[in-house]
Amino acid sequence: MSRIDQAFTRLRGGKRKALTIFLTAGDPSLARTVDLVKAAADNGADIVELGLPFSDPLADGPVIQESFLRAIAGGTNVIKSLAMVERLRISCDVPLVAMLASTLVINHGTPRFMKDAAAAGFDGIIIPDAPVDEYDEFLEPARKAGLDTILLAAPTSGPARMKRIAAISTGFLYYINVTGVTGGADAKPASIAKDVKTLKGMTKTPVLAGFGISTPAQAKAFAAVADGIIIGSQAMRVIRSVKRTADAPAALGAFVRSVRNGMDGR
Amino acid sequence: MTPDEQGHFGVYGGRYVIETLMPALEALDREFEQAMASPEFRKLLDRYRSTYIGRPTPLYFAKGLTEKVGGARIYLKREDLNHTGAHKINNTVGQALLAVRMKKKRVIAETGAGQHGVATATAAALFGLKCDVFMGAVDMERQKLNVFRMKMLGANVIPVTSGTKTLKDAMSEAIRNWIGTVRETHYIVGTVAGPAPFPKIVREFQAVIGEETKLQMLVKEGALPDALVACVGGGSNAMGLFHPFHDDATVALYGVEAAGDGLSTGRHGAPLNRGKVGVLHGAKSYVMLDADGQVMETHSISAGLDYPGVGPEHSYYKDTKRAIYGAITDKEALKAFETLAKVEGIIPAFESAHAVAYALKLAKKMKKNQSLVVCLSGRGDKDVEVAQRYFGDGGERP
Repeated sequence: MSRIDQAFTRLRGGKRKALTIFLTAGDPSLARTVDLVKAAADNGADIVELGLPFSDPLADGPVIQESFLRAIAGGTNVIKSLAMVERLRISCDVPLVAMLASTLVINHGTPRFMKDAAAAGFDGIIIPDAPVDEYDEFLEPARKAGLDTILLAAPTSGPARMKRIAAISTGFLYYINVTGVTGGADAKPASIAKDVKTLKGMTKTPVLAGFGISTPAQAKAFAAVADGIIIGSQAMRVIRSVKRTADAPAALGAFVRSVRNGMDGR
Repeated sequence: MTPDEQGHFGVYGGRYVIETLMPALEALDREFEQAMASPEFRKLLDRYRSTYIGRPTPLYFAKGLTEKVGGARIYLKREDLNHTGAHKINNTVGQALLAVRMKKKRVIAETGAGQHGVATATAAALFGLKCDVFMGAVDMERQKLNVFRMKMLGANVIPVTSGTKTLKDAMSEAIRNWIGTVRETHYIVGTVAGPAPFPKIVREFQAVIGEETKLQMLVKEGALPDALVACVGGGSNAMGLFHPFHDDATVALYGVEAAGDGLSTGRHGAPLNRGKVGVLHGAKSYVMLDADGQVMETHSISAGLDYPGVGPEHSYYKDTKRAIYGAITDKEALKAFETLAKVEGIIPAFESAHAVAYALKLAKKMKKNQSLVVCLSGRGDKDVEVAQRYFGDGGERP
């Protein structure tokens, strides 16, 4: 059983919903990312999604775009990100998902990337610009390496596409709450309930809701209609809000704790 | 070449976009195929081409150039004589008609030099559509005149301040905006790039260039040309010219990229010559990527060729060797700009000057009984300011 599957088994046992925190690898630095992942995991994140920075992320709003550009300017690349994950794995067992643009995977060599990512300690992969129609080239290499393949479904998808997406999603399925980019308009839980139910009728894979969630109250509301939630831009905002980067892990930890408490009704 | 159902040309093309856009791309493909199969739509398109755009554009025998070079007979396909001064309007009128057919009230576009932005704003004014054009803040400063033209035409020009603040980022921002507005907005992509079905749609609307050229050559020469030459940024004028000749094996196809300061300097815009396979703006193609896979900054005196990607069908033409892709430096393009002005009385766009420069070299190597056609994709009004800085006020090189 994969680390991600184990996490969901534990969550189901405790009747809790999954909290996934997105972090950019290398912002403010790769060394700091190690501390940030631990801070998130120690304060109630069940899964951490690490975004490997790309110069032209098309589905991301300004917060993550700028975060990616800072990471690239600081020298972060795919190879150094994988080395960081390897170091992180010595002292941290939280399920880790790699999020990166298709061109970074292709540039590294698709089968080689999957192998290297799994060896470094990643458990799953999200390629946001590889929809189910373009996923063939990634699916088998990911499976062979033992990585969960996490695909996205959107409010525009409709049942026929959802079925194809559900069929090859493992670990979890990422439901996009809003018709828009990350970090933008506030999402409405009522508007996603129907699609999440449709997806859950198609697969046993847990469905997590992401995009447009930033507060503990929203986290609670979305967790009520899905198997869990994903927060990205707001986590990066919290990290940016501190004056000294050494304070970032504590700030992120406090934020994650507040979201966790919100979701658990405490 | 007919792309497969997912819009692949061989391994290139496809739809590498977030799921949110996929249903809209599928719907657009269906709508486009239905429109092109509809005699009424074709009639409407033909009417706007002849009465509004000003087609067919002339195929001009450049006697002066031919004599100067002393090789193949050189013809110019005069896309610079279209309404708004470039080939871009062929595509924007077609796509605006599609938007109207799909009952979309708003169109968006990306622009670099402003030519596609102006052509989109023009079509939007014509059909009463709301129009937002995304333009890099750096380009807005470089192309003030076109910014004003777009505003005059009623379009809203949105400055893009992310990334390198040029064409690449304008297109990224247009795609991001479309992700959030896809239900009521049609995105008029300006070149044969982007996710499927855009490379096919833009090619089909631009193929009128090649179709007319074929007929005109048969009338003038009684034979097909031996070679075609066109500049390639994203590659829409080139694909428009090449496509109808794809199966005519005797016609050699030459695409010309921007070599900027020189291919060896790294300061250029030549993904087909120096790029590697990757994904940019929703399609797999040759892209200028660094060792880490990040998209590189490009350089060209011509804003329209200053783009790190290229249409996927050109990547396919390159791999199958159906076309040869050369490159012309800023300096060579400026020299051809001057030559065409002085010898033929035509001031070309910097983009087109790249094609002219390549054609002059090529014609010299060809026989006198052979012929070649250069696509003069746009006129040079937009570039005279930069040209003036280079040549000096007297119009002679300092």
